[in-house]
Amino acid sequence: MKVSAAGIALFLALSLFAAPVTSLAHELSGYISAEGRFFFNDPASSEQERDNGSFAFQPEYYHEWEDGSAFLFVPFGRLDSTDSERSHFDIRELNYLRPTEDWELRLGVGKVFWGVTEFVHLVDIVNQTDLVENIDEEDKMGQPMVHFSVPRAWGVLDMFLLPYFRERTFPGRKGRLRNTLVIDTDHPIYESDDEEYHVDFAARYSNTIGNWDFGIYHFVGTGREPTLLPGTNKRGQPVLIPFYEQINQTGLDLQMVEGQWLYKLESLHRTGQGEGFFASVGGVEYTLVGIAETDMDLGLIGEYAYDERGDTATTAYENDAMFGLRLAANDADGTELLAGLIQDLDSPSRALSIEASRRFGSNWKLSLQAWGFLDSPADDLLFNVRDDDFLQVELAYYF
Amino acid sequence: MKQLELALELILILLPSPLIAAAQSPEAKGLAIALEADKRDTGFGDFTADLQMILMNKHGQKSERKIRIRTLEVEADGDKSLTIFDTPRDVKGTAFLNFTHKTGDDNQWLYLPALKRVKRISSRNKSGSFMGSEFAYEDISSQEPEKYIYKWIRDEVFEGLECFVVEYSAVDKKNSGYTKQVAWLDKDQYRVWKIEYYDRKNSRLKTLAIKDYRKYLDKYWRADEMYMVNHLTGKSTKLIMSNYKFRTGLKDSDFSQNSLRRVR
Repeated sequence: MKVSAAGIALFLALSLFAAPVTSLAHELSGYISAEGRFFFNDPASSEQERDNGSFAFQPEYYHEWEDGSAFLFVPFGRLDSTDSERSHFDIRELNYLRPTEDWELRLGVGKVFWGVTEFVHLVDIVNQTDLVENIDEEDKMGQPMVHFSVPRAWGVLDMFLLPYFRERTFPGRKGRLRNTLVIDTDHPIYESDDEEYHVDFAARYSNTIGNWDFGIYHFVGTGREPTLLPGTNKRGQPVLIPFYEQINQTGLDLQMVEGQWLYKLESLHRTGQGEGFFASVGGVEYTLVGIAETDMDLGLIGEYAYDERGDTATTAYENDAMFGLRLAANDADGTELLAGLIQDLDSPSRALSIEASRRFGSNWKLSLQAWGFLDSPADDLLFNVRDDDFLQVELAYYF
Repeated sequence: MKQLELALELILILLPSPLIAAAQSPEAKGLAIALEADKRDTGFGDFTADLQMILMNKHGQKSERKIRIRTLEVEADGDKSLTIFDTPRDVKGTAFLNFTHKTGDDNQWLYLPALKRVKRISSRNKSGSFMGSEFAYEDISSQEPEKYIYKWIRDEVFEGLECFVVEYSAVDKKNSGYTKQVAWLDKDQYRVWKIEYYDRKNSRLKTLAIKDYRKYLDKYWRADEMYMVNHLTGKSTKLIMSNYKFRTGLKDSDFSQNSLRRVR
């Protein structure tokens, strides 16, 4: 299995590069940033440091040939003052793209996003979550892939061969925003004997019909969301060990626009991780343009997430309602504010978040992010981070 | 039907021209001018251009954006367009796909490169600012005659050119930021030289000055500069267009969600 996948990839690569093409554009861009995270309370464990500072760097090199084919390289690195797990390096993208009239092929490490809702990214599965970056789960690890896309009048068919699995990152012993028990990422367990070399497949059909956008996919392979098993590490300390099952997952994402309303739905059915189950998230977004006779837009977001597994779900969203306000000032500095409330409907547990950002000059951007975790009972996933209310300040230089 | 049209044309040709003017209501004349301007710009196929946008506040502080646009003419419907942002650098790679329609809402998608996410966006209200500039989405989207109600007001010499002065308002009143717009078009080539925008209180909100027209493919006029002043805030935006290329071979597939994801 391993050999044949690599063989196919190599054959494709060779046949593509064989065609003589002329070089067109080189381009270097990216950002470098400094970030501080300040916590309002002492950590739950004496092993954890209170605050942390870090630097991150993400350059991006792009090269395009005259026939439209392109090469992209995006490495990423972060150096953190306290958490050795958060100090990490990743290749976000390193791929070759060949678009033709009838099909499109991307070979190498790439990034793909599926989904429509704002708070939860339920159906997004191709790329692993880089959880140490941000608890909003929007940062993703680079995924080695052969991605073949066929756009037609009847829709788009995307096929993926994923020859290597990326583990989820988790905060380390000294870091905050972690489970009470540290998750030991050094010794994950795999259901498949091929471990991280198991070859995964995914196929997705998507289309736009009038006001509707939708996509439906099936994924076979290593689940991205591990089950955390109690165990001990080498030194005999109790830890949680990630267990990556072999799963089958069918997912749907659906969106409809009607005037100023957006209606959104994501659903999945997964087998292979315990009993088969359904999970879903849906909601609406309404935009008020030019509020109070200013240039400001206000977006109102309401969403609901459900997971059939209930309290045994591997996510925090099993019966939760989410509300959000997105304010865009539409000014020259691109000032934006996003406030969110996540309320568990089975307990008083809730999380509050505020994100704000604006540009200074044409290259600098200041971002603030604050999270608060309130009233979580001991059996709630958020109980782990009950003392971790924090404010994050990031200054980035884009080039 | 064809014969009837021919007969009507003959009558119009035979009639002395002052009589047509007299016979036409200001509304019919306004619409005729808009249709003629639209007709003269049909058949361009596709074009691409580079845009530099300079935002100025009332203290004269400037900030700049670089954008590229690609437009595909769609027969019997509104154009398709792709807008790609190059600067400011933090929004580099963000792209905006718009399918305009002669009737009904446009279809719009926004591509966010950091998340690799294509987002469907609501297009109903077009009064919002485009990238913090003094241009609203409705000022820069394709102007289909079906979307407005026209009225010819007068003829006037504007900067040495014989012009029609035409007033028009959006059919979808509720979702426009203006009660009316007044445009100056030259009688010879039907190019727009100036537009005044009136707000809900019917006072003049903004004025757009367009200059340095150039002719492409021996037929299609495009301006090199547009200058929008907001009279209420004192802010202004200058749009400098360059590198116009027509009939570059763009196809429908260059205006898809797939193309949005790989755009540069």
